[in-house]
Amino acid sequence: MAAGAKLDPGKVRGEFPLLAGKRGKGRLVYLDSAATTQKPERVIAAEARFYRESNANVHRGLYDLAGRATEAYEGCRRRVAAFLGADPRGVVITRNATAALNLAALGSARLLGRGDEILVTVMEHHANLVPWIQVAKRTGAALKHIPLDRMGRLDLEALPGLLGPRTRIAALSAASNVLGTIPPLAEIARRAREAGALVVVDAAQAAGRLPLSFEKTGADLLAFSAHKCYGPMGLGFLVGKPEVLERLEPLETGGEMIEAVHMDRASWAEVPRRFEAGTPNVAAAAAFPPALDLLEEIGLDRVRRHEMELTEYALERLSSLEGLEILGPANPEERVGLVSFHDPLVHPHDLATFLDGEGVAVRAGHHCAQPLHRILGIPSSLRASFGIYTVKEDVDALVEGIGKARRYFQG
Amino acid sequence: MNLDDLYRDVVMDHYKNPRGREPLERVDIHAEGANPSCGDEVGLDLQVEEGRILKVGVRGRGCAVSTASGSILAEMVEGLTLEEAGRVARRMKGALKGEVRPGEIDMGDLEALTGVRKFPVRIKCALLPWVTLLEALLEKEKET
Ligand SMILES: Cc1ncc(COP(=O)(O)O)c(C=O)c1O
Repeated sequence: MAAGAKLDPGKVRGEFPLLAGKRGKGRLVYLDSAATTQKPERVIAAEARFYRESNANVHRGLYDLAGRATEAYEGCRRRVAAFLGADPRGVVITRNATAALNLAALGSARLLGRGDEILVTVMEHHANLVPWIQVAKRTGAALKHIPLDRMGRLDLEALPGLLGPRTRIAALSAASNVLGTIPPLAEIARRAREAGALVVVDAAQAAGRLPLSFEKTGADLLAFSAHKCYGPMGLGFLVGKPEVLERLEPLETGGEMIEAVHMDRASWAEVPRRFEAGTPNVAAAAAFPPALDLLEEIGLDRVRRHEMELTEYALERLSSLEGLEILGPANPEERVGLVSFHDPLVHPHDLATFLDGEGVAVRAGHHCAQPLHRILGIPSSLRASFGIYTVKEDVDALVEGIGKARRYFQG
Repeated sequence: MNLDDLYRDVVMDHYKNPRGREPLERVDIHAEGANPSCGDEVGLDLQVEEGRILKVGVRGRGCAVSTASGSILAEMVEGLTLEEAGRVARRMKGALKGEVRPGEIDMGDLEALTGVRKFPVRIKCALLPWVTLLEALLEKEKET
């Protein structure tokens, strides 16, 4: 793509079998990319190709085919490392972001004791909250929460009162899956580190949406899922500094993760394989690099600009609906490509079902962020989220659909 | 898929004018129900005398389907004994889940809600008030 040229979502759509071709009525208006993105043909083909041409278990056989499978798997590790500018020895392959965050949280139980503190934020997805609740319960550590300001941004003025000598871990998302908020991650990470804390970043909504460098985030550990970045399901990563990973306890034990096993004791393999017990999803690993290729061919700066433009457009169009309560910051530069809202006139369920009838797929519910919705004072919300294939007409269809739904339920 | 299968006139009527919304003078049995997948909550109050439900109070604002279902519940179980109400609730649960054919029982207005079975993700909405009623009755049984 020529430098400076814009992302052309119409062209990108051609790569996505579920979205390609259809126009006008009957076209799928997919506005749930924050839940999972659609998959490009090259990813689908790569996964199938693995089973057709390279299927064998990894790190086991001495035959050529097993070598090819191992190469596909390890190739994914290297590709992800390159994508984030991280050390491949620090890339743990997991099932999804949730598993990666569980490893970060429960694996650091040995670093925590009674009276220690874990700092999270009130806008976390359950995946970056519940594991910390669990580890706090187990170790006697206490959870502290960074609150929101009135604009739906993290309230950094509260930070000095929350960070202290007992803060061992600060865990926060690089982008909120409900508010869309992009917090000043690097700054929070720096201040947490100065307080002596490890920094854990949930990048599930940032990876594939924002240019992301492991180093620049300031993270010690960073989690994300392949399926939210145009890649296959069943694959996620915990990316860390190898010396930080060394300090984590493996949660799962068994094959693949050991160095030597005796009848009554075992020693662990090197990091990162220590955290990869059992047969991994090699086919998914083989299929993810093409997704990253696609993102880099387009360029993450362009992806970012595209999502920002859509967000700006959606904020503008949705504001034209009277009474609609839009969540999160008003400035599109402070948000990733998603907009959640609450319509006091039509319940999110009814709205989602109605929109589905119009061919518009959006998400209704609490989006795995119950505490946040409680703070916002609403039981649930509706979320429209965008991807590289999203066009302005998708947003138009949403806004028109809401208008129709209001007439249907209020009329 | 036709939306009017779900939002039939009877359902929309119950949604727009839900019954059982006045607060009760006396609450003898109370239960809270929540749909963890969406965050909707419902509170059920029952005023009971000599084992018979005199009045039902429904609180909480859900979607059209759960609001209508709660309204129908209020209408249907008023005047029933606790045992009868339990029986009705179990049958309704079966019918909404599609385990019982609607024709086998007299469902009154709830018949209109069985359209929900064509919308599997919404069945929980219709079930919420009935499941909450069953919980309330179970609690009561444990007490006595
Ligand atoms: C912010 C955030 N964190 C974590 C997750 C969990 O991702 P996964 O379900 O792929 O483990 C999600 C996705 O739902 C998310 O949006």
